[in-house]
Amino acid sequence: MTTPWLNQALPLAVVLVSVVAAVIIFAAGEERRLLRIVVNLVAAGIKFALVVWIGLTVLAGNAPEFRYEILPGQELVLHADALSILFASLSALLWLVTTIYAIAYLERSPNRARFFGFFSLCVTSTMGISMAGNLFTFFLFYELLTLTTWPLVVHSGTPQALAAGRSYLRYTLTGGVLFLAGVLWLYGLAGSVEFTPGGTLSGLGEEYAIQLRVIFVLLVAGMGVKAALVPLHGWLPVAMVAPAPVSALLHAVAVVKAGAFALIRLVEDVYGFELMCELGLQLPLMLLAATTIVFGSVRALQQSSIKRRLAYSTVSQVSYIVLGIATGGLLATAGGMVHLVNQGIMKITLFFCAGVFGLALGVNRVKELDGMGYRAPWTSACFSIAAIGMIGVPPVAGFVTKWYLGSGALAVGQPWVVAVLITSALLNAMYFLPLLKRIWLVRPAPGAGPAEYLGRIEHVALVGSAVVTASLSVAIALLAAHRLSPLSWVLRIASEYFP
Amino acid sequence: MTNALAGVVFVPMAALFAVILLPSRYSRAVAIAGLLLWPIFLIPLTAMVRAEGAVTLALGNWPVPLGIGWRVDGLTVVTLWLNAAVALAGTVRAAGFFDPERHGARTYWPLWLLLVTATNAALVSADLFNLYVGLELITLVSVALIATADNVPALRAAMRYLLLGMLGSLFYLLGVGMVYGQTGSLALAVPAGGAALDSTALVLMLTGLMVKAAVFPLHVWLPDSYGQAPGPVGALLAAVAGKVALVALWRIWFLFAPDDTALPWLIGALGSAAVVYGSLAAMVQTRLKRVVAYSSVAQVGFLLMVVPLASPAAFQGAGFHLLVHGFAKAAMFLAAANILIALGTDAVGRLSGLDKRMPLEAFTLALAGVTLVGLPPTGGFIGKWKLLEVAWQQAGWAWLITILLSGLLSAAYVFRILAMTCFHPRHSGSRAVPRKPPLAASLAALLLALCGVVIGMFPGPVLRLLALAAPGGVS
Repeated sequence: MTTPWLNQALPLAVVLVSVVAAVIIFAAGEERRLLRIVVNLVAAGIKFALVVWIGLTVLAGNAPEFRYEILPGQELVLHADALSILFASLSALLWLVTTIYAIAYLERSPNRARFFGFFSLCVTSTMGISMAGNLFTFFLFYELLTLTTWPLVVHSGTPQALAAGRSYLRYTLTGGVLFLAGVLWLYGLAGSVEFTPGGTLSGLGEEYAIQLRVIFVLLVAGMGVKAALVPLHGWLPVAMVAPAPVSALLHAVAVVKAGAFALIRLVEDVYGFELMCELGLQLPLMLLAATTIVFGSVRALQQSSIKRRLAYSTVSQVSYIVLGIATGGLLATAGGMVHLVNQGIMKITLFFCAGVFGLALGVNRVKELDGMGYRAPWTSACFSIAAIGMIGVPPVAGFVTKWYLGSGALAVGQPWVVAVLITSALLNAMYFLPLLKRIWLVRPAPGAGPAEYLGRIEHVALVGSAVVTASLSVAIALLAAHRLSPLSWVLRIASEYFP
Repeated sequence: MTNALAGVVFVPMAALFAVILLPSRYSRAVAIAGLLLWPIFLIPLTAMVRAEGAVTLALGNWPVPLGIGWRVDGLTVVTLWLNAAVALAGTVRAAGFFDPERHGARTYWPLWLLLVTATNAALVSADLFNLYVGLELITLVSVALIATADNVPALRAAMRYLLLGMLGSLFYLLGVGMVYGQTGSLALAVPAGGAALDSTALVLMLTGLMVKAAVFPLHVWLPDSYGQAPGPVGALLAAVAGKVALVALWRIWFLFAPDDTALPWLIGALGSAAVVYGSLAAMVQTRLKRVVAYSSVAQVGFLLMVVPLASPAAFQGAGFHLLVHGFAKAAMFLAAANILIALGTDAVGRLSGLDKRMPLEAFTLALAGVTLVGLPPTGGFIGKWKLLEVAWQQAGWAWLITILLSGLLSAAYVFRILAMTCFHPRHSGSRAVPRKPPLAASLAALLLALCGVVIGMFPGPVLRLLALAAPGGVS
């Protein structure tokens, strides 16, 4: 059905479409508001359509691939496989929603052209990351992501934002250097590192074991910065000064997910799960993930700002992905991978809601949430659904993750993982339930009125985005058995690694 | 066909004479015509180098010890193209500034053409003495051009550059004399019989060149000179003319370096120190042009990494970085010049809101800055990757760390500028741009910055050219 020509063009097009959008947005300038909105939405729509198209192509058994020899012997490879589609479809979908939300959120604020320009460049990087077919290409887009998210973090230009930007760069650029060192070393050993299920390095003999361990540590450190693994997570809570759509983006789709996705690629497609176990790296990685899960949750308990609490919650939740991958086996791996989507959708809902609280009601701290259920019922409902999902209560997406992670861990004989999951669920409940109690059970303070929005369209766009993602987080749990649900998709991927 | 090689030097020289002889109202037009014309000769020259590897020419058919021998290889061609691009972009800026009526235009245009001519002549020389003449000419013309800024700090900087440049020349010339005494030949080629040079001569020549190339700690003249020079002059000096000495250093090193000495280590260590010192100094400068100038100190150190890493691949990487750095650095100097003229100041603290007031300049600074940091997908990443690969293969850990560190340190000063220009809350009432630069001047700088980025996505042709240039001593 698809011609070879299309097979080459598709992965490239899906990356480039946002570059074109970014150029138009930058060139159009600040004043052409309508043009900017149209370009944003059209580009996000085209991108989503392209990802669906590529997804169907992959489903039909084709593998769209674009190759370009950028340096002698060094290829830029964009390659679509099932795992790419998982991340790409998540990005494309949430991007569409976030774009709508961001347009409404930033309606009256300055520098929108700059914001949406970098916003588009940022999605370019995530698309490149999801489609990257070898470690070199992956690294290129990984660094590009750093570069394109920094302007978003410092967007407001306040001293706090600039300080957050500095901290962000310090962490991510240092991580990038470690990543680069690892890539370089690995290329020196193996020649080329294409992503292949089961890994490409098992051919290297026993004598390279120590080097491979060191490289693994370097790469995990480089990727762990973006995935916010403890102790490399410091930038994430600080970056909370960014506008809510940016936080939503950093947490749910772009940065931390790029880190988590990198770790999936590293374990499954570069080293291969078996080699990782042989090198004795499985347990350290599991422990790192488990520590991060518990640490993040404990720190979240102590935060009085809503966004910071959510940030530490992200630190904790993203490590579920890493834990699943490190545990191995069909079920746990699937549980980890599906959390890529589940956490994304739930966390973006939470940030959308937090944004609405902050923008329309001026509520930024936990203790100000009293009676929010009366003041902004729809938003509060969405927030509650996502929070319950984070704790892992059915029928929201988070439950699917924990179920698969837990049963998977038992299946491969790692019962202690279940203890970590239960501890984390308890901690999640401890830091989310008081919020829900304030929202629904406490009467609003006298004088606190209903939400004030800038206009009707903004109101619908802001709350509507949250409603859409909240519904999605329920839908993907209820329809988990459907042929095209994230879970089925992930089980398909995982069965390739663990037949 | 070797006429093409002659054209590279004689066309700008002819334009120079024409500018001197014709009435001053034609100066600008003639200069532009000359600078547009000579790069045309580069096209057949590039084709020839690609076909044959190197092109040589003995002027007037005199054999080399007496006459002037010229030789062009891949590295020369790449540097000549860079010179063409930067000189043209600088001319666009200078054309708006040194219009025929302005005082100083009479001296500026001949000097500007002479700098281009001297750079080309030095780049193509095939023997040590012609190289000396070219380098000396570059120094003298640069001094005069810096002095055209016509204020006390500029004159002081020019004087300092003159004295140190002379000192460098003296060292170099002493070395050349000793070489001639020992071998009876000045050819810039593998010495007959493969005998290594006397190390005194080598060290003398290298020291001289290191002064001219501003290798730490002999860089003291650079920040003031580049910082005070008019923008286009700073751009051409930092991108090409000042790098001729560095290219000469590479060539001489790889031709004459003795085996088994600690010299590569020493030069590498100086390079590493330059990277650290230059970047740290750039971080604390209060004026944009001085930030860019100190960045040059660091980048020269980076480019010295090829000496300890001696290998064709490293040479390719360094050559590529020379080109990319030239684009980026010239773009930054031109943008800084536009800012300085438009706002009357280039103090870093006064640059807030630049992305609103001068969006093209802010964009140029951002692109060029990111290129200097060496982040993908810019050209800066390609050269860095090549050098890193070599460093890894040779287990040159110190150089590996220096190269990685260089990226981080340059990020520190580049992002400081970007945060200030684009993301700092604007001071009230500073929205006005007193003297908006001509659009062409802004675009010229932007175009150079774009070249530095785009070449990173299509590095193939340049790398292939540079592969032809791997010097004899490297294997």
